[in-house]
Amino acid sequence: MAKSTHNSHEGQQEGTNSRRDFIKKSGMLTALALAPPSFVVASENKWDEKLAGYFETVPLSIEVNGKMQSLQIEPRVTLLDLLREQMELTGTKKGCDHGQCGACTVHVDGTRVLSCLTLAVMQQGKKVTTIEGITSGKKLHPMQEAFIKHDGFQCGYCTPGQIMSGIACIKEGHANSKDEIREYMSGNICRCGAYSNIVNAIEEVKEGGKLS
Amino acid sequence: MKNFQLVKASSPQSAVAIIAKDTTSKFIAGGTNLVDLMKKSVSTPNKLIDVTGLELTKVEALHGKTRIGALAKNTQVAEDDSIKEKHPLLSLALAAGASQQIRNMATVGGNMMQRTRCPYFYNTDMPCNKREPKSGCGALKGYNRMHAIFGASDNCIAVHPSDMCVALSALDAVVFVEGPKGERQIKFTDFHKLPGNTPEKDNTLERNELIVAIEIPDNNFTKNVHYLKVRDRSSYAFALVSVAAALNIQNNIIQDARLAMGGVAHKPWRLVEAEAYLKGKPVTEANFNYAAQLAMKDAKGYGENTFKLKLAPNSIVEALTIAASKS
Repeated sequence: MAKSTHNSHEGQQEGTNSRRDFIKKSGMLTALALAPPSFVVASENKWDEKLAGYFETVPLSIEVNGKMQSLQIEPRVTLLDLLREQMELTGTKKGCDHGQCGACTVHVDGTRVLSCLTLAVMQQGKKVTTIEGITSGKKLHPMQEAFIKHDGFQCGYCTPGQIMSGIACIKEGHANSKDEIREYMSGNICRCGAYSNIVNAIEEVKEGGKLS
Repeated sequence: MKNFQLVKASSPQSAVAIIAKDTTSKFIAGGTNLVDLMKKSVSTPNKLIDVTGLELTKVEALHGKTRIGALAKNTQVAEDDSIKEKHPLLSLALAAGASQQIRNMATVGGNMMQRTRCPYFYNTDMPCNKREPKSGCGALKGYNRMHAIFGASDNCIAVHPSDMCVALSALDAVVFVEGPKGERQIKFTDFHKLPGNTPEKDNTLERNELIVAIEIPDNNFTKNVHYLKVRDRSSYAFALVSVAAALNIQNNIIQDARLAMGGVAHKPWRLVEAEAYLKGKPVTEANFNYAAQLAMKDAKGYGENTFKLKLAPNSIVEALTIAASKS
């Protein structure tokens, strides 16, 4: 079952019109259809761009998954929104958006943090790693392999955060027992309740010694 | 979130100078509480002063005391070897708070400045004297299961949510702040205040002052210490009741004791009378029970939180028993 799930994800990415593209395009059409006529005229005259210019944007240099990026952002943009909305790195998930669920966990300079409570503008020169950046090419990261093997997810929404948190948990030295893993993974909520399988996956990666 | 301007402070003095000029500005460090409050429009600063570039991140074991920079991260302090050796109670309390991701972001100064998690404070449709003075207290006769049993007023029955601060209160820490007139010190137990008629103020820090460090005097509470946190789930939840207990025991006699509680008042609640009672007494269950009774003298329930009147003394006895049993 795990194998077929994985394959269907690949299939989506290879297609020219992925499900995600469809959602994005249809969302924009819906927004346009619902917008009042005056707003549509405004957007034709590029007033929206002029309006956007009203808000001050600031330059940001940030390394994301090994690539240096030079961006212009509003100070109020969180790292999570920057990744998802401006850089199209939608692997990092928005769960609660209030620091209560851990779905948005990423690594900043090698440390796990909540991207929803992180202002992007304060990450000048920092190195960010997201779920998209933990491995290069088609080979899965050992933690991804372990999550598939142990069925460490059902709906999968919390999984990117769980995996980012799990990798950090081992690197911090907080994965020495099931109890310790549970305590140090408590910031990642899984509403499907895959907890025991997640703990098994992390324990196996720790014992395999592939991360240190 | 309302947009804002962000400026980076180059020194504690410049940070203080910037905030003095603009009454709508706020300091930001880890942001784990402030960013959330800004998303909910509970806090709407026009300017944020980023203090994370300041060199206030060190944990230093000095002669007779430990100095912790205000920008030291919660994880860094909890896992610092000298803290674990000299002040294990602080390490335990920090590890009991939040999640590892949040502890990696949150600073010592920010932890002290975090606001209550009272749901009426967070919901801008509800009355709350802390958020909107003179609008009333929704919790007084509302949902108040998490709320105070000590030192509350009819204006506010919210609690301070920190675990770290409970330990620092018990350990007689001192707060160092930078202001327009230079540096001043505040006893940790005087830093946070009771709500009284001014619940909008959580503490005695002036608006144009910046926390730069805390210091903990050396003590003999290196072994028999425990931080007990009772909550709705076993990790990553705010305390219903927490107890920081530190004992110095020689030949089964308590030479000295420190006790403080979290989740029960608008500030970390130090149990001075119980401490004085335990001093010089042998380690017995009866003595722990009596100390807990003394601690509960002025407690008052508000309905949903009345269960704390029983939970709190039980927790004190439990924390003392675990602390005394450590070898």
